Amino acid sequence: MRHKIIRKLCFAALCSFSSLSFADSIIVQSTTSTKNSGLYDYILPKASTDTGIKVNVVAVGTGQAIKNAQRCDGDILLVHAKTSEETFVAQGFGIERFDLMYNDFIIVGPAHDPASIKGSSEASEALRQIASTEAIFASRGDDSGTHKAELRLWRDSMIDPTEASGQWYRETGSGMGATLNIAVGMNAYALTDRATWTKFGNKGDFQIHVEGDQKLFNQYGVILVNPKKCPNVNAVAGQKLIDWLLSKTGQAAIASYQVNGNQLFYPNAR
Amino acid sequence: MLTEAFSEAFRLILSADADLFEILWLSVQVSLTALLVSIVLGLPIGTTLAIANFPGKNVCITVINSLMGMPPVVVGLLVYLALSRSGPFGVFGLLYTPSAMVIAQVLLITPIIAALTCQVMDDLHKEYRDLFFSLSIPLNKAVAAYLWDARYSLITAVLAGFGRAISEVGAVMIVGGNIDHLTRVMTTAIALETSRGELSVALGLGIVLLALALSVNGLVTTVRSRARYYGCA
Repeated sequence: MRHKIIRKLCFAALCSFSSLSFADSIIVQSTTSTKNSGLYDYILPKASTDTGIKVNVVAVGTGQAIKNAQRCDGDILLVHAKTSEETFVAQGFGIERFDLMYNDFIIVGPAHDPASIKGSSEASEALRQIASTEAIFASRGDDSGTHKAELRLWRDSMIDPTEASGQWYRETGSGMGATLNIAVGMNAYALTDRATWTKFGNKGDFQIHVEGDQKLFNQYGVILVNPKKCPNVNAVAGQKLIDWLLSKTGQAAIASYQVNGNQLFYPNAR
Repeated sequence: MLTEAFSEAFRLILSADADLFEILWLSVQVSLTALLVSIVLGLPIGTTLAIANFPGKNVCITVINSLMGMPPVVVGLLVYLALSRSGPFGVFGLLYTPSAMVIAQVLLITPIIAALTCQVMDDLHKEYRDLFFSLSIPLNKAVAAYLWDARYSLITAVLAGFGRAISEVGAVMIVGGNIDHLTRVMTTAIALETSRGELSVALGLGIVLLALALSVNGLVTTVRSRARYYGCA
């Protein structure tokens, strides 16, 4: 028995060093869509083979990822909210922001389309219609990249949906997947990125109602956390991974990721 | 949905899915380590609170009892802020490691074990204090006798702690980060599959977790009844 106890304690002690034992392991503070859509499972093994770096992904909303990175709890930030990313760099938390890839946001909703927005080519027009018919809309409400994009669209449509918060406008305060589960559960419209939606397994009778508006463009960026602000940052390995992501090989890997024959992310590094 | 979930659970187990066993094994390792540390801390704390007399004893007992209801998310946040690189213990680089998860779970289950131990020991102490005193039995021997007498209740307390640890998601999600092949455990994997909308896979994992809890409890019950049968108890 005593041996077992000692062994268990050793395990605890070993765990404490597990973060140190990989000299070349880095933490990516990330948005959720890139993880939930399976992109990381597809490209990271390739990245590890090419660079020898073990990549650990912490997938939270964009807002939380940025805050975590500001607290130095990550080496790389990979999110989709350009303005916030630029602020992050301007404040000295990040070294430089690079465009990595893009896809688009879509508005999904129940097949019977209570606000009759199907086929609308303008997202803000569709939102106006949802508001005027008071059809239920499920918002992330969590300061994520998608939430920020949604609020931008509401601003464009000159509507403040938060006045109807708790009525037809429902802020879930949860991740994309959780919000989609809730939307499907209460027949609500929702704004989502295409990648999460394509891979999402609980669609019910939900369909894409609005797509193709330029304002639905969804750009992902990648930033190395500034080692001057955060001395613990593994800048060498972090830069190596960013270089790989922006390289021809990395960009081709992103482009070749498909779900059910659909490409989910379009690389656009310069 | 339920039938799908059960077939998914069986498929996962029968195919000896390597990822599943990695996640399951990490769950067990983290929770057992946390349990062990919590026993080492909780038993003495609970015993002391029951037997020792000191000012503020009742306040301590009330605090420990309330800590049993501590929300895991709050514990997760506190441990996150403490272990964050910009926090007081950031230099150790423990955030997003299994150690961080062990620490969070220790904070969650030590109060449970301490509070339940305190209750059991208090009852015994009230009953036997005068008898042991009249026989001039020293306190350490009395405590040993209490512990032995209360062993089954204490095992239940330990099982309650284990149940809380293995089923908890809020704290380990925040301090572990649900990193694949590093800090992903059963509960965070279930949360991930749910957010992917893969509800039957999520439920399948839940069934596997439940089966694990059942076998642990079954094992304890069997050992206990065997011990009784052979007169060891």
